Amino acid sequence: MASTEEKVIGIIADQLGRERDEITLTTDIQKDLGADSLDIAEMLIQFEDEFNITIEESEAQNIVTVADVVSHIAAAVNGQAGGAADTEKEEK
Amino acid sequence: MQRVVITGYGVVTPLGCNTEEVWRKVCEGKSGIGSLIFPKFETTASRIAGLCTDFSLDGYIPPHEVRRIEPFVQYAMRAAIDAVIMSGLDLQNEDRDRCAAIIGSGVGGLGEIEAQHDRLVLKGPSKVMPLTIPKIMPNAAAGNVSIHYGLTGPSYAVSSACASATNAIADAVVNIRHGLADVVITGGSEAAATTLGMTGFAAMHALSTRNDEPERASRPFDKDRDGFVLSDGSGILILESLEHARNRNAKVFGEIIGVGFTSDGTHITQPDKEGTQAAKAICKALSDAKVNAEDIDYINAHGTSTILGDVAETRAIHRAFGEAAKKVAVSSTKSQVGHLLGGSGAVEAIFSLLALRDGVVPPTINLETPDPECDLDYTPLTAREKKMKIALSNSFGFGGHNGCLVITK
Repeated sequence: MASTEEKVIGIIADQLGRERDEITLTTDIQKDLGADSLDIAEMLIQFEDEFNITIEESEAQNIVTVADVVSHIAAAVNGQAGGAADTEKEEK
Repeated sequence: MQRVVITGYGVVTPLGCNTEEVWRKVCEGKSGIGSLIFPKFETTASRIAGLCTDFSLDGYIPPHEVRRIEPFVQYAMRAAIDAVIMSGLDLQNEDRDRCAAIIGSGVGGLGEIEAQHDRLVLKGPSKVMPLTIPKIMPNAAAGNVSIHYGLTGPSYAVSSACASATNAIADAVVNIRHGLADVVITGGSEAAATTLGMTGFAAMHALSTRNDEPERASRPFDKDRDGFVLSDGSGILILESLEHARNRNAKVFGEIIGVGFTSDGTHITQPDKEGTQAAKAICKALSDAKVNAEDIDYINAHGTSTILGDVAETRAIHRAFGEAAKKVAVSSTKSQVGHLLGGSGAVEAIFSLLALRDGVVPPTINLETPDPECDLDYTPLTAREKKMKIALSNSFGFGGHNGCLVITK
């Protein structure tokens, strides 16, 4: 199964018409790849769809590089898992 | 007043995207209509349409730009790029303040409206995609074409349902005649054969339900017609002032010498049965062109294959042409490509021009049993050779919009 990083790079590459190997964790999505505000907004929703998470607009502003996306997703996924676990505990 | 000449054209149709190939098929009487085999159409009343199945923008614009535009814009982009290439225009080195893009569409990005409405309902408001509005807006074709070439003259969409492209072309003509632009990329585009488009038109009983015989479904002026066949596609023309075309030694393929427009002012979808205002639009176009009805060699009819519309148009032609109606060659090329709604007027203007060029009247295919109420020479079934100089192209849209162009080679 593709890793989070691979999936993220795949979505960015498709959206911006880039080759996957042009994109690394340190790539700046706007400066290096020329994404405009609509591209960024579209990709955020695609990340949300792909990983079943929610990215708040206030958090979205801190996303600059591919690494920012990957770490944000990881945190959101863990947060949700944690949240789910907490709920389970409460139910018990 | 500037004369307005045609220096390029391009089409995207269910019969293909290469204009010469499409024209050959139209003259051979090939149909571009097929069955809608997708599951989402399983229960729609009409399951036939003309889709642009061999369409692609490979080599035209990069894939990530294609993702940002709806099919109706994609079709217009390809037809526009083909038309510009044909014209030999080097738009980078033109005075782009004097170059315009006026492109019609009946319904805009219907498919994206459906897709995003699904997301809104199923996933919630935060999941509606940010490109929704720039994709669905009917002016997206004109906007994207102007951006592609960096045009800074006027650019906008014209929407008058099935007459949209004809209205757009007329606006282009007016802009050039009055010296407001030297070059206009104009025409129309549509991609309405979506679930909502198919069900919406079917709910009005406007569509043919000859589902078992798609190629025989679009049968304008035939006694057994039962509605139009919805098709996707685009037609784009490069219009230019004669002066501008001459100054750059451009090849001139034809001229738009007359435009005429009226409204029925009666009903939102039903045409005026007597074709009174449609006839007036024809007369206005002839008068604008300073020609008489006897001078018209060919009429590319609106001829959608609806029960009421074909009779109304026949009456309008009689009313406007008088005795000359008996001699004029008429055909509806919607019998081959179906009804491209807001794209139809441009595709049909191009077919009219090619008919004049080749001296060939394209046939109205499927016209097997003439309707007694439709008594003109519609060139049934097979094409015919005829020396021709001047053509009339008719378009009539829901809303009561009547538009006519007079074209010469």
